Amino acid sequence: MSILAANEEYDFNSLKELLEVTDGNLASNLKTLEKEEYIVVEKSFVERKPNTRYKRTAKGLKAFENHLAALENLIKQQYK
Amino acid sequence: MEQKDLYKELGQIRSLMEKSSKFVSISGLSGVLMGCYALVGTLLGYYIIYQPQSAVLLGGNNLERSQVLLIIALTILFLSLVTGFVMARRKARKNKQSIWNMTSKSLLFTVSIPLLAGGFVSALFFIQGYYQLVAAMLLIFYGLALTAGSIYTFAEVKALGIIEICLGLIVLAFPDKGLLLWGLGFGVLHIIYGFIVYKKYES
Repeated sequence: MSILAANEEYDFNSLKELLEVTDGNLASNLKTLEKEEYIVVEKSFVERKPNTRYKRTAKGLKAFENHLAALENLIKQQYK
Repeated sequence: MEQKDLYKELGQIRSLMEKSSKFVSISGLSGVLMGCYALVGTLLGYYIIYQPQSAVLLGGNNLERSQVLLIIALTILFLSLVTGFVMARRKARKNKQSIWNMTSKSLLFTVSIPLLAGGFVSALFFIQGYYQLVAAMLLIFYGLALTAGSIYTFAEVKALGIIEICLGLIVLAFPDKGLLLWGLGFGVLHIIYGFIVYKKYES
């Protein structure tokens, strides 16, 4: 979600390269995010090769922001 | 959550957001080289414009001075593009990153629109004989391209872009200083910025 929050869209191979995970690992995590409706998938063909791109949804972005806020709160608590 | 895990997670989030959206394979040294090409071209241009007798040696008497300048400018452009591309590819390979990814494609697209527009504007002004406007247009549109593209790469590029735009505007105000400011903008500034980027990110 970090990557999709920082970019409008990102393709499967670029995600794999950045996250340094296997095809299967990435695919299953993406499926989970898609089921939660945090991301949407767009498939197309680029020069006859399949090209799969992912975009965050508004719901996904909100969930990510909430996560960051939660982490921030935890840090604030530790300084009380 | 333990404190060090907290900071680790935040660090990972920030690193991923940064790494995924910035193209960092641009080689600072290629900027220095481009600046050198431009300085050589400026020197040649100086002789052609201000000491036309020596221009005869370069272009032969049949070629118009402006055409010789055009050929020199296009050669500099070509050499710069090739140098930049080759060195970026080498830097990407060294960091085990690919040179073609979402970020580099976005960068290329964002940068090419002002560059193409500027190229056409400059070409049209050149054909119609408004030679004094050409240097200004080149600087301004190049600066616009850099400023726009800077969101996809080093932050320093934005400052360079703004300075180039300012130089272009100064040329419009002082048209006889066109060659000097062109040499400054494409030559000296590239050497300085290329070196800054090299020092900051590659050593």
